[in-house]
Amino acid sequence: MNPTELATQAQSMAQRALELAEQARRAAEVAAPVAAAAEPFLYLLTIFLLACFVGYHVVWNVTPALHSPLMGVTNAISSVIVVGAILAAGTAEGTVARIFGFLGVTLAAVNIFGGFMVTRRMLAMFKKKGG
Amino acid sequence: MATTLSTLAYLVASVLFILALRGLSHPETSRTGNMYGMIGMGIAILATLFKPGMGFGGIALIVAGLAIGGTVGTVVAQRIQMTALPQLVAAFHSLVGMAAVFVAAAAFYAPESFGIGTRGHIHGQSLVEMSLGLAIGAITFSGSVIAFAKLAGKMSGAPITFGGQHWLNLALGILLLVLVIAFVATGNGLLFWLIAFLSFALGFLLIIPIGGADMPVVVSMLNSYSGWAAAGIGFTIGNLLLIVTGALVGASGAILSYIMCKGMNRSIINVLLGGFGSEGGVAAAGGGDADRPPVKAGSPEDAAYMMKNAQKIIIVPGYGMAVAQAQQVLREMADLLKKEGAEIKYAIHPVAGRMPGHMNVLLAEANVPYDEVFELEEINPEFADADVAFVIGANDVTNPAAKTDKSSAIYGMPILDVERAKTVFFVKRGMASGYAGVENELFFRPNTMMLFGDAKKVTQEIVQSLQR
Repeated sequence: MNPTELATQAQSMAQRALELAEQARRAAEVAAPVAAAAEPFLYLLTIFLLACFVGYHVVWNVTPALHSPLMGVTNAISSVIVVGAILAAGTAEGTVARIFGFLGVTLAAVNIFGGFMVTRRMLAMFKKKGG
Repeated sequence: MATTLSTLAYLVASVLFILALRGLSHPETSRTGNMYGMIGMGIAILATLFKPGMGFGGIALIVAGLAIGGTVGTVVAQRIQMTALPQLVAAFHSLVGMAAVFVAAAAFYAPESFGIGTRGHIHGQSLVEMSLGLAIGAITFSGSVIAFAKLAGKMSGAPITFGGQHWLNLALGILLLVLVIAFVATGNGLLFWLIAFLSFALGFLLIIPIGGADMPVVVSMLNSYSGWAAAGIGFTIGNLLLIVTGALVGASGAILSYIMCKGMNRSIINVLLGGFGSEGGVAAAGGGDADRPPVKAGSPEDAAYMMKNAQKIIIVPGYGMAVAQAQQVLREMADLLKKEGAEIKYAIHPVAGRMPGHMNVLLAEANVPYDEVFELEEINPEFADADVAFVIGANDVTNPAAKTDKSSAIYGMPILDVERAKTVFFVKRGMASGYAGVENELFFRPNTMMLFGDAKKVTQEIVQSLQR
């Protein structure tokens, strides 16, 4: 790729970033009064949709060579569901809910440790020439 | 810990998770990214442990669960072979799905802990969200179990199809919807478990018709599902971190599924309806075999001699290479050729291997530097000035018929332009067709030389002749 081409590409990317920022600002303006209205569901939905956009942009930037580690990491972080299981195991009244909580914590822990560890193992193998 | 503080901690964890994914844009930053992910998870767990109402007994129970699960996870992750990565990931997805089911059940039996009402009087909206999290979690669980069994060879990879399959799935889907509506209206415990049971069955039925070689798409899709399940549970218990993470993971899995489908030139619907590869060799009909020029076969010594004198060599590895465990000896061959002054590059097709990016990991494990490994779009223009293309364990992804023959089953699939190299060496056990049941016309090209035999043995013999 020659320098001029790179420069034009960089320019158009910068332009796009600006446009995105503008969009985000507008989205935030729309979202702000919603949040203020303390409508919890709409507030959570707003967060959800914005997170989908963030995920979309971040994941497209992941280099294809690292798609397996990407699955490892997403697998580990999706086990953040452990938060719900911890709440159940620690604060629930009633044995049934506590048992479900405990089982949830155990399964999620397999994933958290397994997911991060296997990703670390994979990433440690990616070396540069002569490295 | 006060609610504001724990919310703040969750926000920090969300940002760290985003940074973990962002780190993966380059191998150099990826290791730090993974560290961010771990820190984020640590913060999330600690913040939850210090929430009000945590008793000593509860914390003991949680620590026990973390210790047991953590030990199992760590041991498995240390011991797993990189060729078995896809089934490991499928197994992990099933655990996320099951954990979602457990959390949904816990929320159903102790709604007070999550502030969504009282036992038997859960808010209607929470019931909707709960049934969504439950159903997606259960589908993720049973679907991933089947994907695991197929990938691990514990069940046949052949698609399992029967008459009226899609109608049955549709009927079950509608029934599931009816159950969810009834559950939301009544909050009945029996209905909760019926939804779980039906979703387990649905996950199972949705994955069995999908062929073994389509598993890269399935694994990516289940990755996405596990994210949506987490998000569903996040809505149920009103947790910001779960919602953000679920959305990130859901988006990631969806993008990977899209990339895999594009790599095979198939629509996601086509993959999901399944049955691909079951037609056998029907698709092979295209031209009479009689008017084909004969196939040229060569010896490893011939290949060694020609590659010794080559300036630029592009190696095209496929899953067959990993099955033969030939990656180490392949790298040895590349090292020897580099000493002879040749430039070595590796070309990776998007669907090489059994999960997205699998081949890159396998090559990295064999100490192939990542800056010698290139993706399809990057490497394709370079085949024209390569002296040798060395195809090992790949087949359909090199078939020129995908570009020219409209009647071919793989027409339109992006392929590696190996036929443009001056000489093509094709390591293969025999003349059998690839997974798609299509004969590779590359074998009959004048510039192709077949090296028949096991990938590892042939490469070893090349290495031996190079050393002589």
